[in-house]
Amino acid sequence: MIAKQVNQKAWFMVLPVFLIVAFSAVIPLMTVVNYSVQDTFGNNVFFWVGFDWFRDLVHSPRFHQAFLRQLLFSGIILAIEIPLGIAIALTMPKKGWGVPLCLVNMALPLLIPWNVVGTIWQIFGRVDIGLLGHTLAAFGIDYNYTQDPIAAWITVVIMDIWHWTSLVVLLCYAGLCSIPDAYYQAARIDGASRWAIFRYIQLPKMHRVLLIAILLRFMDSFMIYTEPFVVTGGGPGNSTTFLSIDLVKLAIGQFDLGNAAAMSLVYFLIILLSSWIFYTVMSNVGEESSPTKEGGGA
Amino acid sequence: MASITLKDLAHSYRGESENPDDFALKKLNLTWRDGGAYALLGPSGCGKTTLLNIISGLLIPTRGQVLFNEQDVTRLPTEQRNIAQIFQFPVIYDTMTVFENLAFPLKNRGRTKQEIEPRVIELAGMLGLEKDLYSKAQHLTADAKQKISLGRGLIRKSVNAILFDEPLTVIDPQLKWQLRSQLKSLHKKFKFTMIYVTHDQTEALTFADEVIVMYGGAIVQIGTPEALFERPEHTFVGYFIGSPGMNILPCALKGNRATIDGIEIVLNQSYKAQPTGKIELGVRPEHLKLEAPGRDGLPVKILKIDDIGRHKIAKVALNNCQLSVIMPEMTALTGDMGTLVIDTRHANIYLDEHLVTGETL
Ligand SMILES: Nc1ncnc2c1ncn2[C@@H]1O[C@H](COP(=O)(O)OP(=O)(O)OP(=O)(O)O)[C@@H](O)[C@H]1O
Ligand SMILES: [Mg+2]
Repeated sequence: MIAKQVNQKAWFMVLPVFLIVAFSAVIPLMTVVNYSVQDTFGNNVFFWVGFDWFRDLVHSPRFHQAFLRQLLFSGIILAIEIPLGIAIALTMPKKGWGVPLCLVNMALPLLIPWNVVGTIWQIFGRVDIGLLGHTLAAFGIDYNYTQDPIAAWITVVIMDIWHWTSLVVLLCYAGLCSIPDAYYQAARIDGASRWAIFRYIQLPKMHRVLLIAILLRFMDSFMIYTEPFVVTGGGPGNSTTFLSIDLVKLAIGQFDLGNAAAMSLVYFLIILLSSWIFYTVMSNVGEESSPTKEGGGA
Repeated sequence: MASITLKDLAHSYRGESENPDDFALKKLNLTWRDGGAYALLGPSGCGKTTLLNIISGLLIPTRGQVLFNEQDVTRLPTEQRNIAQIFQFPVIYDTMTVFENLAFPLKNRGRTKQEIEPRVIELAGMLGLEKDLYSKAQHLTADAKQKISLGRGLIRKSVNAILFDEPLTVIDPQLKWQLRSQLKSLHKKFKFTMIYVTHDQTEALTFADEVIVMYGGAIVQIGTPEALFERPEHTFVGYFIGSPGMNILPCALKGNRATIDGIEIVLNQSYKAQPTGKIELGVRPEHLKLEAPGRDGLPVKILKIDDIGRHKIAKVALNNCQLSVIMPEMTALTGDMGTLVIDTRHANIYLDEHLVTGETL
């Protein structure tokens, strides 16, 4: 038996990590916390207001609307991107020359910077010069994302699907590639239908990567800013003003620092909380315990 | 239930080709009797799995035909062949319980619950899975998982054949022995055609009525375990079967006299003038005797003696050739020289690796 030696010196080893975390996260966060409980009339003079900003925020219809819009947006893109990503991953070839071709094609949208994606779709959708907008107009379809909220939503949603479905595809594809041939062979011997193969072999093997995909896509879409800002600027009206766009309007447009700081914190906590809920729920779905408990997984 | 015939079968993973080296399975003709227990024995990469996959329809052969009772099924998909196959590593459906796993092949074929349930419970009992029947298969040990795989292979009663692809590799020896005898009794009871692939000669020899030895994509011998032991038709069979394998010594041959490294041995068969080729003499370690130096026989140098319990194995050198000799446990030998006595009734002659028979004198 090895006697446990208590050695406090080890704490010094952790010190650099503490410092990094302090500078990268805690200190900036504290300034926000600071603003969220104070008010100012300029001249760098602050006075304590307690939780007034938070109270304002949770009772503000503007925040409620932005929040609901945000939820709706994340819900829609998850509902489309996840099944679509799975479907595309299932049709991708497993070997041969098609593999690199598909992979490169899939990776391309992921490599384009956010604001470029926004710009592409901004121009693509324009009725006067954009390929999409102009073509639709030529077919007599009334599509104008700068005036019609529905068109604006469709544009923003399709843009996100175009930009990010690849991520889901690549993750699912990696999951699918890890399934040994023997599983498919056994399924054929057992007379399993295409659906049964998906349901009992492919889906369980993709379970883990899907969890990651949903989490990533949820968090990312919940924080989306650049692309809709470039395309619609939050409009028409406030119809595509998501939480982050609203926050920027508040903090920089109106310079409502207290309000904005309170909103930042709430925003952050919402994301933290929903990610945690997602993770807990997803890792319990379909199995009572994770493979780590049995010491090595399938 | 059906007999399975392979007609001019050959398979290349690179597609049709003129180059014989491309073929993982060289041309073969073979019939598996209905209800027979066959073992398919051979080294890694000799094409055993390829052959099974062709029978089960997972692979379509490049050339030739597969017949189930006279009916050509070469291009029939696996699902319609009514074949069970068990793979080397356990395949289980993670999200299902053990019961659902076992019931899966029946459920897919539209059997009713009333049919499925008693059958699953009966089989789980035979395999010793009853206590885990309603727990998730994912969390069981590798042994139990492989039993589930076996179970899914055995669950359908009227299959044409059950193909086992080294199913007991991952199972520990004690249980291996148990499962092996269980499979054997199941075979006796239900008379399904059974093809059992293995690396392990004891497994093959205890299991099968007939053993098929493959080497380099071709079948080198088909026979009962005794025939494989007594008269290997190919040097590979001699070497592969038996422990240690047959001693294969290059020699020159004239009539009934073989000359090994300048030492002449008189055989009990006479061979006609041989055409050119590689001539070798094969004799099993069981058919050699090591005696004190100076006796009648071949003088050899003793290199090493291993005691493996039931008997001793001596490694001896006859000039430049090395041989293994099996000696009874009690033999005592002193010194490092000895006399080798060959039981010439059991000495075989091979020409280019294939057995040739002479005339008995
Ligand atoms: N899918 C494949 N594509 C290309 N070549 C293959 C494929 N599967 C097997 N081979 C080749 O065919 C030959 C026979 O393989 P096979 O798997 O039938 O051997 P085996 O006797 O089952 O070996 P083992 O005892 O290792 O399982 C090997 O040389 C192997 O490399
Ligand atoms: Mg194999």
